[in-house]
Amino acid sequence: MYKYIIQRLLLMIPTLFGAALLVFLLLRAIPGDVCEVRLAGTGLYADPAEVELCRENLGLNKPLIFGLDTQFFDFVGGYLTFDLGDSMWTGQPIGYEIALRFKLSMQMAIMATVIAVALAIPLGIISAVKQDTWIDYAVRTFSIAGVAIPSFWLGIMIILGLLIFTQKWFGEPWMPPIEYVSPFEDLAGNLSQLIWPAVATGYRYSAVATRMTRSAMLEVLREDYVRTARAKGLMEKAIINQHALKNALLPVVTIIAIEFAFLIGGLVVTEQVFNLNGLGKLFVESVGNQDFALTQQLVMLVVLVFVFTNLAVDVLYAWLDPRIRYS
Amino acid sequence: MRHFRPKLAIAALVSSALALGIAGQALAATPQKGGTLNFVVGSKIPSYDLHKETTFGVIHPISPFYSLLIRVNPDNPQSATDFVCDLCDGSVPKPTNGGKTFTFKIRKGVKFHDGTPLTSKDIKATYDKIIFPPAGIPSARKAFFKMVTSVDAPDDHTVVFNLSFPSGAFIPALATPFNIVMSKAMLDKNGMGWYAKNIMGSGPFVFVEHQPGSFVSGKRYDDYHHKGQPYLDGFKAISAPKMAVRLNAIRGNRASIEFRGFPPKARDDLVNALGDKITVQESDWNCVLMTTPNQQRKPFDDARVRQALTLSVDRWGGSKYLSKIAIVKTVGGVVFPNHPLAATKDELVKLKGYGTDIDASRDEARKLLAAAGQSGLSFEFNNRGVDQPYKIVGTWLVDQWAKAGMKVTQRVQPSPPFYATLRKKKDFDVSIDFNCQSVINPIADVTKFLGSAGNNYGSYEDVELEQIYDRLLRSGDEAEQRVIMREYEQRAISDQAHLAITLWWYKINPHRSYVKGWKIAPSHYLNQQLDNIWLDKSLM
Repeated sequence: MYKYIIQRLLLMIPTLFGAALLVFLLLRAIPGDVCEVRLAGTGLYADPAEVELCRENLGLNKPLIFGLDTQFFDFVGGYLTFDLGDSMWTGQPIGYEIALRFKLSMQMAIMATVIAVALAIPLGIISAVKQDTWIDYAVRTFSIAGVAIPSFWLGIMIILGLLIFTQKWFGEPWMPPIEYVSPFEDLAGNLSQLIWPAVATGYRYSAVATRMTRSAMLEVLREDYVRTARAKGLMEKAIINQHALKNALLPVVTIIAIEFAFLIGGLVVTEQVFNLNGLGKLFVESVGNQDFALTQQLVMLVVLVFVFTNLAVDVLYAWLDPRIRYS
Repeated sequence: MRHFRPKLAIAALVSSALALGIAGQALAATPQKGGTLNFVVGSKIPSYDLHKETTFGVIHPISPFYSLLIRVNPDNPQSATDFVCDLCDGSVPKPTNGGKTFTFKIRKGVKFHDGTPLTSKDIKATYDKIIFPPAGIPSARKAFFKMVTSVDAPDDHTVVFNLSFPSGAFIPALATPFNIVMSKAMLDKNGMGWYAKNIMGSGPFVFVEHQPGSFVSGKRYDDYHHKGQPYLDGFKAISAPKMAVRLNAIRGNRASIEFRGFPPKARDDLVNALGDKITVQESDWNCVLMTTPNQQRKPFDDARVRQALTLSVDRWGGSKYLSKIAIVKTVGGVVFPNHPLAATKDELVKLKGYGTDIDASRDEARKLLAAAGQSGLSFEFNNRGVDQPYKIVGTWLVDQWAKAGMKVTQRVQPSPPFYATLRKKKDFDVSIDFNCQSVINPIADVTKFLGSAGNNYGSYEDVELEQIYDRLLRSGDEAEQRVIMREYEQRAISDQAHLAITLWWYKINPHRSYVKGWKIAPSHYLNQQLDNIWLDKSLM
């Protein structure tokens, strides 16, 4: 197992290098650059000499790939010295910019996952056990609605609903805070901001996982060993929890893991709707600003999260199903 | 819905009228001390160094930490010519030496937030950095000061600006809100780049915290040189790039105000939801949307074709309808409307494209196209992927040109490729273009129409226009400037039709009624030091 993990870790190197090269080239294929956006974007007078000076200062006039004094080497070379470089837009260290947002994105991902799992597993099991009853139909309707409704739209509806109903009930409209406070400083303030996007995101996420749990459970419940367990007189609760569920969880774990990885950097629209200062919002801003340096590192972070999540899922498989062995 | 709209309009009008009344009363009312102003900002902070930046995303959260030598009168920001001293003493000085020397007396007893005294040496160091930056140090507006030959500080409380020629553009350039005064000691000790990542000024508020992407906060500076101000205990500038968030933030009282501006529909929504808890201030805006034909491409090298483009556009009609859905309203020429140098309506209607009989104008456009061999002209219109007001006005323009028989397809691009098209690739036929300035400084602002200007994308040379501008720049007499400006305008947007002006923007600031003291300026860059703002606790 350890050998397998080491092999997988080593395989990450070419994967990450390929991703780095791809993102580097794709970003340079987009017309424009950060200096144009910064100096000409406001409609104020933009001195061409200032734009050129900005490019020079940011290293945008360097050759792209081949050689040591190139933009690509500046990018990947930073990994050797543990220096991710500076944002081309703010001039701040990229590590600082990312770390600042990472805690919010991580908390959001965890909260949405908890909500999703808390909804999906019980609902998926009940739906499978009560197949083709009104309970099953209700759960399926709930989950199909979750898949169909974009989480950002749900977020907008939540905010508008809060504004309208609080004004109706209390006379003054209320909406969630629009600036982040750490849960260690003000837990109530933190939760009053993050619970709403977590619900909006967790609902969609739970819908996918509910459907997966239901179909996996239905499949497992038809297996011979479940029939055998029933034949020998085991209680239904024990059959579901101890025999069926663990086997049905394999595909569900995959879905949950992929969704979790996606949430780390992919909550682009939901973060904007709730004004969350997370990685998704940073992503949009860095692309909009043509901040190549920051965008590259954000892409690499997402790649890294996916690669590690996949590895974690593979390891989890072996724990869930002892028949699985890696070599 | 039919019954809904008149209600909204009335509410908005009443509220606007109230705003004017309240604004008048606000001066008379005694400002109350205390409270924290939360406001939302729809743009991002690149760096803290305003000398090199151009976005209001820095002005709004950062300028309250700094002072200026002179500024637009915060109690009369609508005036384009009312400048008052901030760090200088008394009133803005008149020039001597035939208009070529300006001597400023500097206030005594002003201190930076670190306790060090602010003297004329700091002001000299600041303007030297802006006007004569060392190699490698960016300065976004040094071209505004082409007339300045040197800045001297003969003693601790005197600063002298020496000009090579008298210019009406100098004082407005000096009042630009980006010209924050920095500490010479800090610049000498830490280098010219220090202020990009650090904040230390002498303004009404002391920097407390910046959480990138989230907020900037400041607290009152007790030794502020305008005695009794600021009234607020502090402020928090909250970053909110999405307009819906900013709007909801005011509605949900997470923020009290947004200083840039909302479209008419947003104003109506707020007024409808909150009634008299919202006050609306409105103003003409020193931003204008234009179209630029690419004269490197045929047939746009032909003045007749360019004139046909401008003749096809019904500005007077467009103003009436577009102002209901977009942040544009006023018909104007090259100078900000209502400025002493701006064209009157009688002068405007003589320019091509400004006639009140649009059918006659479009007939003339068709004839010009026919004469140029371009009947049924077909071209691509490059637009920026921003709703307000670009896409709305762009779509309207396409329709206007179609009414004169032109076939136009619109290419909408996100901002970065849009700028690349304008500035680098030049692969456009006709593009939307804009000019958005801070202090109303017509003589500087109209450089936009010169083919040689850094923000002109038409790819043309017009020696005659350059010569007219040179005379304008060097004229120290306002009556003479006005005459030259008409000549300049006639050539730039009528005879040569290098660019065509669509409509000037219109600024709408709905805010919580308990915010007092702030008066709308004709630019979202102006009047942002927050020292005259106070919160009326009886309305909170």
